[in-house]
Amino acid sequence: MSKRTIVPIGPYHALQEEPEFFKLHVEGETVVHLDIELGYNHRGIEKLSESKDFEETVFLVERICGICSTSHPIACVQAVEDAGDICVPERALFIRSTVGELERIHSHLLWLGLAGHFLGFNTLWMWAWRFREDVLNILELVTGNRNHYGMMKPGGVRRDINDTDIPVIIKLLEGLKDPIAMFRDAVIEDPLVHARTRGIGVLTREKAIAYGALGPTARASGYDIDVRRDHPHAAYGMVDWDVITCGNGDVFDKAVVRILELFESIRIIEQCLNQLKTVTGPVDSDPRFVATGEGIGHYEAPRGEVFHYVRSDGSNRPVRHKVRAPSYMNVPTNRETVLGETIADATIILAAVDPCYCCTERMAVAVDSPGGRRLWGAQDLIRMSCEKTYELMDESGLRGPEPPPCAAAGQTRDSGR
Amino acid sequence: MTYTIDALTKSLNVFHLAGSACNNCDIEILDALTPKYDLERFGITLVGSIRHADVLLLSGIFNRKATVRLKELLVQAPKPYLVIAIGGCPATGLMFRDSYNFEAPPSIPIDAFIPGCPPKPEAIISGVVTVIGALREGAIVPGCLQEPEANPQPAPEAVT
Ligand code: SF4
Repeated sequence: MSKRTIVPIGPYHALQEEPEFFKLHVEGETVVHLDIELGYNHRGIEKLSESKDFEETVFLVERICGICSTSHPIACVQAVEDAGDICVPERALFIRSTVGELERIHSHLLWLGLAGHFLGFNTLWMWAWRFREDVLNILELVTGNRNHYGMMKPGGVRRDINDTDIPVIIKLLEGLKDPIAMFRDAVIEDPLVHARTRGIGVLTREKAIAYGALGPTARASGYDIDVRRDHPHAAYGMVDWDVITCGNGDVFDKAVVRILELFESIRIIEQCLNQLKTVTGPVDSDPRFVATGEGIGHYEAPRGEVFHYVRSDGSNRPVRHKVRAPSYMNVPTNRETVLGETIADATIILAAVDPCYCCTERMAVAVDSPGGRRLWGAQDLIRMSCEKTYELMDESGLRGPEPPPCAAAGQTRDSGR
Repeated sequence: MTYTIDALTKSLNVFHLAGSACNNCDIEILDALTPKYDLERFGITLVGSIRHADVLLLSGIFNRKATVRLKELLVQAPKPYLVIAIGGCPATGLMFRDSYNFEAPPSIPIDAFIPGCPPKPEAIISGVVTVIGALREGAIVPGCLQEPEANPQPAPEAVT
């Protein structure tokens, strides 16, 4: 057996825009084990949400992630609406889907660009991000902001789409079709992209199901799952579109699924905008309070299903708010896909699930169930570790006269490297 | 204009440090480098290590785990350097201020705050231009070159 080495990637690495720490254990060139260390991005959003009222919560969950910044709000407002039996005007549903699909286009183009960058195909990066700007322009036209749209609220949306804007948006979307077709050809027909991505990082259908993979990661493995179709929400039950699946589960298929989804998104937006010409009425039912109850909300974010659970006790704020983001399920599949591949391929495989770590950060606390007392915090572990050292020192007679510097040990640094 | 400032304000090499950000500020920073805004025309490039950088861009709040790394990075940064805080998060902590994982910012010499959530790439560019202009005119001195006493940072109250 050759020697095992650890290749650290992160936590602040030129390749990543978010802090996360991968430890690739390699033997020779082959990755044999993978450790992912998170926690740099944990902000305690679920807990913070309990201190905000239902309208503020939407702004808070919007800031979970800047790329899915309308998926979380849609799931959240749907959970609140479910909990409080709030009805939503039909026009608002079409606007929700429009914004959601625009977000999917910008997110997939962003991923495509980054994937190109990771492969050394920087032209693809620059082109993809150049056309992403056009999508952001549409979003700015529709919502008033490039990112963080602030569109959703329980009971509807905050901003209507003007009838005069609709032809402009349709024209801008029309202009996106050619570039997207170009990307499709650039990826599907480029021999270099084939060589780098075909048969690399394969996630089989069985493994995708076993890991509970979601979104394009699952669909590329032939696992046909999409909550837009399975639990129709917003306007997805009222428009005509297809779920894209592929069969091989390699990096190439993940790219193909995302690119073909761009066309579906454009189709959905065009239908929604056409419906908006005829469906009139308010865009907000302006609910005055949220009744006692609990509710769930799903939304198919660009990376997979976002799930929100909200429990209301009749006051103006949630008593419990639970978020499950798709990367939480997709990131562990890296263990299947990366192991056995070479280091040079590891980057693109890790990036192929389109991981989003700001969505994924969680904190776990072990609680003593009868007493509710917290067990095993960081300080407890350090104390246990210190105690073991002193025991060993005592046993071996190494312990000197000075008291152990245990208090200082707790202060120096958190777990980490 | 001293020799140092003259050298510092030409062809900025930028290192981008995302604390516990929501990603959006980071993407807007990258956006400023892509064809529509194309900062590389002015010699501004992203570099992979703080040791090569003239400017440190901060984004996001800094939680307990990230703060340790921020302090470490500032020690490694070659002087003189500029620190520019992008977005509302590093300036005020926004709505994350009350989080159990929020760590009051360590007193670091921030030269400019670019507000917005997220600031548009235009705002980021304009902020950087303003800082460079002020440095050249001598209106400000890089925070890292000031004496610590001369630059009292009002330490925000620690949140427990
Ligand atoms: S300032 Fe806003 S956009 Fe920037 S990291 Fe903070 S929450 Fe995200």
